[in-house]
Amino acid sequence: MIDTADHPLLQAEALTKRYGAQIGCRDISFELYPGEVMAVVGESGSGKTTLLQLLSAQLTPSAGQVSYRMRDGVMRDLASLGEAERRFLFRTDWGYVHQEPALGLRMAVSGGANVGERLMAVGWRHYGRIRGAAMEWFDRVEIASDRIDDAPTTYSGGMRQRLQIARNLVTNPRLVFMDEPTGGLDVSVQARLLDLIRGLVGELRLAAVIVTHDLAVARMLSDRIIVMKDGAAIESGLTDQVLDDPREPYTQLLVSSILPA
Amino acid sequence: MYALDLVNVKKSFTLHLQGGLHLPVVAGVNFAVQPGKCVALAGPSGCGKSSILKMIFGGYRCDGGRILIRDGERIVDIATASPRTIMVIRQRAMSYVSQFLRAVPRVAAIDVVAQTLAHAAADHGRASAAVLLRRLNIPERLMAVPPATFSGGEQQRVNIARGFLPDRPVLLLDEPTASLDSENRAVVVDLIAEKKRRGVAVVVIIHDKDVRDAVADHIVDVASFAAA
Repeated sequence: MIDTADHPLLQAEALTKRYGAQIGCRDISFELYPGEVMAVVGESGSGKTTLLQLLSAQLTPSAGQVSYRMRDGVMRDLASLGEAERRFLFRTDWGYVHQEPALGLRMAVSGGANVGERLMAVGWRHYGRIRGAAMEWFDRVEIASDRIDDAPTTYSGGMRQRLQIARNLVTNPRLVFMDEPTGGLDVSVQARLLDLIRGLVGELRLAAVIVTHDLAVARMLSDRIIVMKDGAAIESGLTDQVLDDPREPYTQLLVSSILPA
Repeated sequence: MYALDLVNVKKSFTLHLQGGLHLPVVAGVNFAVQPGKCVALAGPSGCGKSSILKMIFGGYRCDGGRILIRDGERIVDIATASPRTIMVIRQRAMSYVSQFLRAVPRVAAIDVVAQTLAHAAADHGRASAAVLLRRLNIPERLMAVPPATFSGGEQQRVNIARGFLPDRPVLLLDEPTASLDSENRAVVVDLIAEKKRRGVAVVVIIHDKDVRDAVADHIVDVASFAAA
């Protein structure tokens, strides 16, 4: 759903990242509005993950900037944020879902603690309430509540990914970054996860940037799409527009490479 | 005062994988639709009827001309609008029934229909969705089932309910009755008539001449827009 308030939440301006002589991504500009889901597609090495890391302040751009609208409504350059503000974004206002759940979870503590930890980081102290919130999120991401005290090492791949999503969304973020969230999962598990993400994003009116090489994932989850090749955004627009009426040779190749279901 | 006005609209495809083959589709498309009226696009298969409908909805890009749609007090040109503007217009000003339902796994038929409305209206939306599905003869027991396993005709009726549930000023219908039996075709004819009475501007592609004559106020011959 779209927030009709016409202010972007996230803005990239001429964003470029060089690794020595190598280009990670170059001259990327776009605006993301509250409640919008944008997919970044392209093959391995096209710069998708570099872009995601620049947008989420995990990498510093070589040129250009990323701005984010803080909760007070002021647009801020991410590079100018102080440590406390960055922490606030990482802990509360943003989520980051990794392709590999082990990177986004703490594997040695229980599933419930993984969800509760994000709440404690924002000042929740009441054990019963934290457990209650964790329980509620287990239910929302369809993990049986009797698994709440088990460590994620005992979970299946699909359950771990759902737990990672619960951990990210429990603090009511406004923006979620996802890096190949369904990569490495069985097709049946993927469908369930996709449907879950789709439902939560709609219900919570999250803005999201989703990196995927799977155009079916992009079609199902996103409103808009950016196609990347060799570090550049070669085509962008509404998801159905780009996938149904691709203009660029490379996008036409990508779209024509999908096997019919 | 039109609800929708197409001025000199042009569309072609360039197929880069076929050596840059250039396929002109239509050029010089001109027609307007008044509120409460229905325009039927006619012409042989492949002449560009669906492409015109998709350009109006913003699913296909437009190579030239203007596609003006009225959104309250303002007029938006879909041919040049930003993706974000098109998203807003889709929610406020137009609905589109495609030829085939794109089913989402695990979502019940009734929710597929209700989800076209804003979230605030979810409960109310489910009630209205059920009324519409009942009218289209979708049995109660199927409403809670994801439509992926439905027959072609049942899927198309879910698709129709999805497009007809919201009351938006422009309604685009691509072969809504193609896979329906005569009883359900008659329901769709009634539904279109009701939309027209409520002032909705309808653009429809229907091959069946009887159905077309029953709903259309004007017929636009798309073959006359054949691109050189």
